[in-house]
Amino acid sequence: MYTYTDFDENFVRTRVAQFRGQVARRIDGSLTEDEFKPLRLMNGLYLQLHAYMLRVAVPYGTLNPAQMRQLAYIADRWDKGYGHFTTRQNIQYNWPKLGDVPDMLDALADVGMHAIQTSGNTIRNVTADHFAGAAADEIEDPRAIAELLRQWSTDHPEFQFLPRKFKIAVTGAAHDRAVTKAHDIGLRMVRNDAGEPGFEVIVGGGLGRTPMVGKVLRDFLPKADLLPYCEAIVSVYNLLGRRDNKYKARIKITVHENGLDKMQELVEARFEDIRAGFTGHDQALLAEIEAAFAPPACVTKSTDGYEAARLANPAFRSWSDTNLSAHRAEGYAIVSISIKKHGATPGDATSDQMRVMADLAERYGHGELRISHEQNVILPHVHQSDLPAVYAALREADLATANIGLASDIIACPGMDYCALATARSIPIAQEIATRFDELKIEHEIGQLKIKISGCINACGHHHVGHIGILGLDRAGVENYQITLGGDGTETTTIGERAGPGFSADEIVPAIERLVTGYLSLRQDADETFLQAYRRLGMEPFKAILYPREDKANAA
Amino acid sequence: MPRHFTPKVVTANALLEGDAVWLTEDNTWTRDIREAELLTDEAHADLRLLEGQAQVHMIAGAYLADAKATTDGPAPTHFREAFRTRGPSNYAHGKQVDL
Ligand code: HEM
Ligand code: SF4
Repeated sequence: MYTYTDFDENFVRTRVAQFRGQVARRIDGSLTEDEFKPLRLMNGLYLQLHAYMLRVAVPYGTLNPAQMRQLAYIADRWDKGYGHFTTRQNIQYNWPKLGDVPDMLDALADVGMHAIQTSGNTIRNVTADHFAGAAADEIEDPRAIAELLRQWSTDHPEFQFLPRKFKIAVTGAAHDRAVTKAHDIGLRMVRNDAGEPGFEVIVGGGLGRTPMVGKVLRDFLPKADLLPYCEAIVSVYNLLGRRDNKYKARIKITVHENGLDKMQELVEARFEDIRAGFTGHDQALLAEIEAAFAPPACVTKSTDGYEAARLANPAFRSWSDTNLSAHRAEGYAIVSISIKKHGATPGDATSDQMRVMADLAERYGHGELRISHEQNVILPHVHQSDLPAVYAALREADLATANIGLASDIIACPGMDYCALATARSIPIAQEIATRFDELKIEHEIGQLKIKISGCINACGHHHVGHIGILGLDRAGVENYQITLGGDGTETTTIGERAGPGFSADEIVPAIERLVTGYLSLRQDADETFLQAYRRLGMEPFKAILYPREDKANAA
Repeated sequence: MPRHFTPKVVTANALLEGDAVWLTEDNTWTRDIREAELLTDEAHADLRLLEGQAQVHMIAGAYLADAKATTDGPAPTHFREAFRTRGPSNYAHGKQVDL
C-alpha cells in the first residue's frame, strides 16, 4: 500500500503543531470563536449539537490494519469507544473535547492520517470505488489516480478558497460503486478504440437542495492529461462559480447556468494554457504511486473447505450469498462487512469491532481494509478457504449480519441526534426500519433495495439516489418524513421523485413497510427488483399504496 | 401590531466540552436548562444575548432559543432544543447520563 514520504509527514506534523497553538489561543481567550472557526474547520473540527465532531479522511476509503487500530485507539482514548463511518469515506468522532483534538491529530499523523480538507471550500477527500484493486469488472485500480489527485489538491494554493466545497470521485470499473455522477467531478475509467485506458469526465453532479446528475464534459481523456484537465475544470469553476449565494455556489449550478458547451469551451482553453506546465513530473509521480498499489500476491489453493462450510452451515451460506462479491483472482472473494446490524446505528463501529476487522485484514486479507460509501467495511482480498474462519470471527464480534444491499443496509446521516444542521432525526428511523424488516424475515425475499435517509436537505444520507429515499423535515415543530422513489446511484444515476406529502415519525416506518410489501405483490417475478418494478410501473401504484384512498377522503 | 414575543433562554455550546449550556441570571452557564434565566421581555433578551456572547472564553455560538415556564424552571418548546437538554437517541450519551 502507498506510504508517505518524510515530506508528507513533516507537512502533517507542522499543521498539527500550528493547530495546537490555535487551540491554546482559543482556550486562553486570545482568539474569538469567529476567528477560530475557520481555523478549526481547516482541521476537520466542527461544533455540533451536543459536542465537537472531528472528521478524519480515509482517502479513497483505504486503510491498513495499523490505521484501523489507531482509529480504535483514538475512539477509546478521546471519544466514547466508537466511530461513525460516513458516505464520503470519512470517520467522524462525535465526542471529542477541544483541548484533546491536537493530540488526536498527532495520533492520526502517527499512522499517516489526518483531517485536512475534510471541511471548507476546497477539494475534499477524494473518494473511490470501495472494491478498487479487487473487483472483477475493473479496468485499473483507481486509487493511484485518487492519490495523485489528493497530492495535487492538498494545500493547492489556488484552490483553498473555492466558491464552495468540491468533491471528486473515481472509479476504474464498469459498474459504478462510487456514485461518480453525483460529484462535482466524477471520473470513470474507460478504454478508447485503441484499447488505451483513460477517463470519461463528468461534471456538475451533486445532491443537496438542488440535486443534479453530472454531465459528460469529455468522453475520453487520456490518463496522462488528468491533472491538467482537472486543474482546468477547478480553475474555471473558481472564476465562474457564484460567490453571491451559498446555495448557488456549487459547480452543478455553474454548469447549469452557463451551459455545458460554454464550460467545455472554457475548460479546453484553460487546459491548453496549463498543460505545458505539467512537464511530466506528475506522470513520474503517478508511476511511483501505481507501483505502491501493486496487487496483492494472491495464492492458489483449494476452495474445498469453503464449499463444505456452505453445505454444512446455512447461516454461513446465507452470509456468503449476500455479503461476498466477485474478485478478479481465482479462488478469492471480496468480503463486505455489514456495519448495519439490525437495530444498530448505520456506520457506527465500536473500537473492539475495529480491532477485530484490523486483525482479520492482517490475518486473511493481505493487510487491506476499505470503507464503503454505503457505510460498510470491506476486506477486499480474502481467499475462499479462509471465509469460514473470517465469518466465525465476525459473528463473534457481532459483525456477521447478512444484509449487504438489502432493505436493512440503510445509509443514514447522523440527523438531529448529532448534526447541528438537521431538521429531523435519521438514526432512529433507520433503526426502526431495519428492526421491522428483521422481524418480518422478508429481506432476502425482497432482494436488492437501497433505502437512504437524510435529516435535512443537505442530503448527506444520499436520499435522492435511494431506491426509497427518506428526507427528514421540520413541519411546524414536528418531525416529518418525505419519501422519494426511484433514485439510483450507480452508472444509471437517477434522482428520486417525490411521492407526496410527508409522514410523521409514527407513520413513516409503516409507510415504508407498506411500500415494500406492496412491491412484492406488484413485481413480475422474484428477479424484478424494487427499482426495476418502479421503472416499469411508474409512481402511481406506489403512490396508491402509500396514500390509500380512505386517507385521502379523510384529509379532504 | 407589535410582534408577539415568546419567552426565550440564552443557550450556547461550552467551549471546552462542546455540550449545550444555558445562561443563568447570575451570568454563569449551567448544564441544566431548568436553572436558566427565562427571558420574557424582548429588549432584555437581546441584551442578555449580547452579554452571553461576550463570554467568548466560556462558550461558542450563543443564540436565543424558545422556552416556556414550568413549575420546574424553563423547559424547551421545540424538539431540537429538547434533544439538546438530553443527548442523542441512539445511545445513552450526553446530558441524559452526565446530569
Ligand atoms: C454531522 C456532521 C455533518 C455536517 C455538519 C454536514 C454538513 C453538510 C452540508 C452543509 C452539506 C451541504 C453541502 C451543499 O450545500 O452542497 C452536506 C452534504 C453532504 N454531506 Fe454532510 N454533513 C455531516 C455529516 C455527514 C455524514 C455523516 C455524511 C455521510 C453519511 C455526509 C456526507 C455528505 C454528502 C454525501 C453530502 C452531499 C451533498 C453533495 O455534495 O452533493 N455528511 N453535508
Ligand atoms: S443531511 Fe443534514 S442532518 Fe444529515 S448529516 Fe447532512 S447536514 Fe446533517
